[in-house]
Amino acid sequence: MNSNAQAVVDDFTFLEERDRLQLLLEFSEQLPALDARFGENPELLERVEECQSPVFIAVEGNLERVSLHFSAPQEAPTTRGFASVLNSALNGQSAQEILDLPDDFPSMLGLDRLISPLRVRGMRGMLSRIKRKTREIVAAGI
Amino acid sequence: MSETSRISGYAHPDVLVTTEWLAQNSASVKIVECDEDVLLYEVGHIPGAVKLDWHTELNDQDKRDYLTGAQFAELMKLKGIDRKDTIVLYGDRSNWWATYAFWVMKLFGHEDVRILNGGRSKWIAEGREITKEAPETGAVEYPVVERDDKTIRAFRHEVLEHIGKPLIDVRSRPEYTGERLHMPDYPNEGASRGGHIPTAASIPWSSAILEDETFKDVEALRAIYFDATGFDPSDDFVAYCRIGERSSHSWFVLKYLLGVKNVRNYDGSWTEWGNLVGVPIAVGEEPGVFAR
Repeated sequence: MNSNAQAVVDDFTFLEERDRLQLLLEFSEQLPALDARFGENPELLERVEECQSPVFIAVEGNLERVSLHFSAPQEAPTTRGFASVLNSALNGQSAQEILDLPDDFPSMLGLDRLISPLRVRGMRGMLSRIKRKTREIVAAGI
Repeated sequence: MSETSRISGYAHPDVLVTTEWLAQNSASVKIVECDEDVLLYEVGHIPGAVKLDWHTELNDQDKRDYLTGAQFAELMKLKGIDRKDTIVLYGDRSNWWATYAFWVMKLFGHEDVRILNGGRSKWIAEGREITKEAPETGAVEYPVVERDDKTIRAFRHEVLEHIGKPLIDVRSRPEYTGERLHMPDYPNEGASRGGHIPTAASIPWSSAILEDETFKDVEALRAIYFDATGFDPSDDFVAYCRIGERSSHSWFVLKYLLGVKNVRNYDGSWTEWGNLVGVPIAVGEEPGVFAR
């Protein structure tokens, strides 16, 4: 796991369970605003169907550096928090580092007992889509 | 039709309050927010509201069941709610979890529980005050009341016996037909078979609400639940969904807005039925039949 991702896991698991939700809330508040060009070109974004809230992602870049973009409504802070966690763990990493993140990463945050399983699966959905799009970058050899 | 005249047309108009009523009467009731999103309360809530988490607070954390009477009494004390208090529930997603919490509170016979018509989104859409401040909860006593699992709750063997009587599947159409169990790249939601319980009518929960998430008028509801299905309001009803939350919403509509006397929520719902060995399942658009 890359050092950013490991730092996120450490931050969560260091805390008592109740405080982990507070940290997730802080992550949700730190999700970067979506780049304006996506507003004009929504087709560049892919909807994450696994999330009940409307969440969109875009994955761009090359083998050395992949950048991630997320859009999620203010009224869905848990989903925004998950997006922000993935952003902290993976944005700017190499394609290989993204693909190397364990699929089980969402469960490593120690939130499974606090958040219904379906919501945690929504985060897995986001991660698997990020990986799929990263594999497309690898396959294209960009 | 105005919201207040819609409310006065329901069988039990006293269980619904308007946002305006709540704004005027917030000091004399206990306001409880129950959301799907576990962080939404912290983003901002109605002043005076306490948070109730359906996942960690209403369910037993080990077995798949609700709290015991003693646990429920502890929960109410923690929230500062007295047995005689008027509780007003509201939440996100058109009050799914608010009606779910309403139903759980009725398992324990809390008498005066009400739903905020239109829920969280209507309150916010109207620009009403929200706060991040959690209220101080005073010390209260709450009696230990045994949970009543007979009157408004249905178990799988009872549902099996019920087949042929009014049964309502409130999930989305693709879940009813069985074409959607889980989606690409998505882990199975927890049922091994898709479809519905034979003879169940498909009435998605959202049929009961308007665009602002308040409930439709009683005539419109009667047309949907009785006229279109041929169900007799004096018969026994059971509603189900995936885990019992959306069907709490429809259970509320049937019992309190339409006045059906005997209606139960099957909280095991599809995550139980779709995994049970040996029970019948119908697939496709038609309710299907079940020959005993």
